[in-house]
Amino acid sequence: MEYYLVISTIMFFAGVYGFITRRNLLAVLISIELILNSVDINFAVFNRYLFPDQLEGFFFTLFAIGLSACETAIAIAIIINIYRNIRDIQIKNLNRLKD
Amino acid sequence: MELTPIILLLPLLSFLLTGLAGTKLKPAAAGGIGTLSLALSALLAYLTAGRYFSTPRVEGVYEKIVPFNFEWLRFTENLHIDLGVLLDPISVMMLVVITTVSLMVHIYSLGYMKGEKGFQRYYAFLSLFTFSMLGLVVATNIFQMYIFWELVGVSSYLLIGFYYTKPEAVAAAKKAFIVTRFADLGFLTGILLLSYHTHTFDFGILTSGDSGVFAGAAGTTFLGCSVISWALSLIFVGGAGKSALFPLHIWLPDAMEGPTPVSALIHAATMVVAGVFLVARLFPVYHAEAPEVLTGIAVVGAVTSLYAAIVACVQTDIKRVLAFSTISQIGFMMVGLGVSGMGGHDGLGYMASLFHLFTHAMFKALLFLGAGAIIHAVHSNEMARMGGLYKYMPVTHLTFLVACLAISGIPPFSGFFSKDEILAATFQFNPVLGTILSFTAALTAFYMFRLYYRIFWNRPAHYDHAPHEAPGSMSFPLIFLAAITLVAGFIPFGQFVSSDGVAYTIHLDWKIAGGSVAIAGAAIGLATLLYRKENPTAGKLAAAFPLLYRAACKRFYIDEIYLFVTKKLIFNGISRPVAWFDRHIIDGALNGAASLTEKLSLAIRGLQSGHVQQYALLTLGGTLLIVLGILLV
Amino acid sequence: MNHLFHDVVFFILAAVVVVCSILTVTTKRILRAATCLLFVLFATAGIYFQLDYSFLGAVQLTIYAGGIIILFVFSILLTTPSGDRARKLKNSRMAAGLIAALAGAAVCIFLTLTHTFAPSRLSGGELPMKVVGNALMGTGKYQYLLPFEAITVLLLACIVGGIVIARKR
Repeated sequence: MEYYLVISTIMFFAGVYGFITRRNLLAVLISIELILNSVDINFAVFNRYLFPDQLEGFFFTLFAIGLSACETAIAIAIIINIYRNIRDIQIKNLNRLKD
Repeated sequence: MELTPIILLLPLLSFLLTGLAGTKLKPAAAGGIGTLSLALSALLAYLTAGRYFSTPRVEGVYEKIVPFNFEWLRFTENLHIDLGVLLDPISVMMLVVITTVSLMVHIYSLGYMKGEKGFQRYYAFLSLFTFSMLGLVVATNIFQMYIFWELVGVSSYLLIGFYYTKPEAVAAAKKAFIVTRFADLGFLTGILLLSYHTHTFDFGILTSGDSGVFAGAAGTTFLGCSVISWALSLIFVGGAGKSALFPLHIWLPDAMEGPTPVSALIHAATMVVAGVFLVARLFPVYHAEAPEVLTGIAVVGAVTSLYAAIVACVQTDIKRVLAFSTISQIGFMMVGLGVSGMGGHDGLGYMASLFHLFTHAMFKALLFLGAGAIIHAVHSNEMARMGGLYKYMPVTHLTFLVACLAISGIPPFSGFFSKDEILAATFQFNPVLGTILSFTAALTAFYMFRLYYRIFWNRPAHYDHAPHEAPGSMSFPLIFLAAITLVAGFIPFGQFVSSDGVAYTIHLDWKIAGGSVAIAGAAIGLATLLYRKENPTAGKLAAAFPLLYRAACKRFYIDEIYLFVTKKLIFNGISRPVAWFDRHIIDGALNGAASLTEKLSLAIRGLQSGHVQQYALLTLGGTLLIVLGILLV
Repeated sequence: MNHLFHDVVFFILAAVVVVCSILTVTTKRILRAATCLLFVLFATAGIYFQLDYSFLGAVQLTIYAGGIIILFVFSILLTTPSGDRARKLKNSRMAAGLIAALAGAAVCIFLTLTHTFAPSRLSGGELPMKVVGNALMGTGKYQYLLPFEAITVLLLACIVGGIVIARKR
């Protein structure tokens, strides 16, 4: 089971790295998906290995997937709106929205 | 009796109405409201007095009545501040005096202030002043008195500074306020000391003659005097400030910058006697607990009256002459209280002092209003610009003469009776003091008639347009007050007011009375000689004693001493270093803190960039640090 | 035999997850990043299957791999000019991110490997669909109708919100 945790950790910090360094809003969003996904794996793994008779981790993962779908949809809607306004989705240009 | 709160509330209402409505009210309406409410108040006050003095005495004494009392602030079991109305002979008398004088001033002002800018404001302040003064005299406890005392202070400040565009008026108002504030500090300290040791503010308990009240203070001494003596002395300092006793008198002459009716109301008739009233109110306490303070009061009063009388002889501004004569007369009253004993013939001073308060209020108001009429006619305060006015203003002339005779102590005018009683009481106490007062009385007669002759006789000044008699609204109060002055001496005052409340019949001591009349007559004669016609003798006399004359002109440099002490000593010695400390150390520290904060915030501003990614990085870094810290420790 | 097969599959999945997630965040082209994410999500679904959570794996495939990735791809195509590459990163920025990520990963992996977990009670066997269905639609203890309803409302709000935000004015 530790190995599952190790790969989810790697995935998580890959997401963190992307979140910190990417310049594109969509890339940042993708990084967030990675982070969420790694957490989902953790829930499922803990549930399966430590408490196989219960289902909390399972359902938590299920709902987290639903939530991330929502979040992505809204985020993409916002990004497209931004794009429509300033023709760009680079983070450093976002302050042009103030104009 | 139950109506007494209304006497107070009417002026308050009128103040609120005229003050709040402001210029929305027509001037005539504001004046009408003020005058009408005061007239009602006066009427009620007369009714109250009539009812009060017609109720039968209990054990020979008029009962103290508290028709209205309301507990306002409770500190401890015994110590609480009330607001209420206390009726006893002196407060009833004061009610009558204040409402009468105030009513006269209100009526008079209708004519005098006509067309002035801020007429409504003027009436609002007058009402406020009257209200405060009435509240002061009916106070049931010393703290209520203090509250109204301060109200009187503030309303007098407003009235003196009425012509707020004139720098002298503003300075005078400030001076009056600050000097009396200094004195009030003493008053407050005295109240606190007294109440701390007696556990009560209530006049009824304090003056009940029960020495058990003061048992708590027994044995507590400071610098060789008992603590009660100190408290009473401090309270007297407060009274001295309001009553303009030497050396706290400096505000009163300057306060003449206010409108003349205001001078009449504040400086002559009501506010300055607040100190006298205060001492009279606490007289049983003074007498029983601190007779040495009473002696001090008498000495201060005598010094004040002599000093003010000398200064008054050389002033050329008619209002200043009257101001100094007021100070002098207040000194008389204080002496009267100071030399008084308790009960019977010993209590003559007390009775005489309050009698003098009563008569003085009337004739001094008359003098001021007369002076106002004169100023109204010739548009100047300076004697040099007057003279020969008797032809032009017969009513003012006659009423002024009545007042001058009264203040000089010529029978049958009211001043004779009251002043004579004070002299008699003083001689009985101490012949030296009595002689000083007699001399002062002579001076009084002299300067009053100097004033009278310089205004109405002497060499007629050149007038741009012939002076005219004052309008009816102004001459009516003059006549009314003159009438009171004529008859007031015959009021059997001792029947109503005396130190222990038991009726006392006034006996004229003809030895003293005759002497004083003779002295006054001589002084008047001298004044007639010098000032009846234009006469170089007066100038020569002044030249013969240049030092004395100059010193008197400069009011014996008291103001200069004050200026020296405040400007040179206090400002240079204390305020400058304090200001330096404030500017450099305290401000410096604050500025340093501010600039440090500014620099720090500039330095950390980069952290608040609004870049989410940077935040995430920092959050992660912080979390890692914490985790590492937990792991390693 | 079965055990060995299981391990081999796990290593393949692990390799895909690690390699693709790193590629996702390092590649210069955004479309490639999305594709790599797709592979990561597939591998994650594989991991769920391996844990005998077939339902979860299926959900992962349909929602993530099916729905979200499509959204990403479309929005990328809508917003990014073709041939656009991420500009070269500032070194300091990259170094900071790298150090933070590596340090975090190191700490977490170290903790994971040194920590002794409670003994595993893995019983094996597929989680029956019936159990999942009962738990999801029940109102008792350990049953999840309320969160289910909450998330339906959330999804509805999300749809409305998405439309409101993205619609043309």
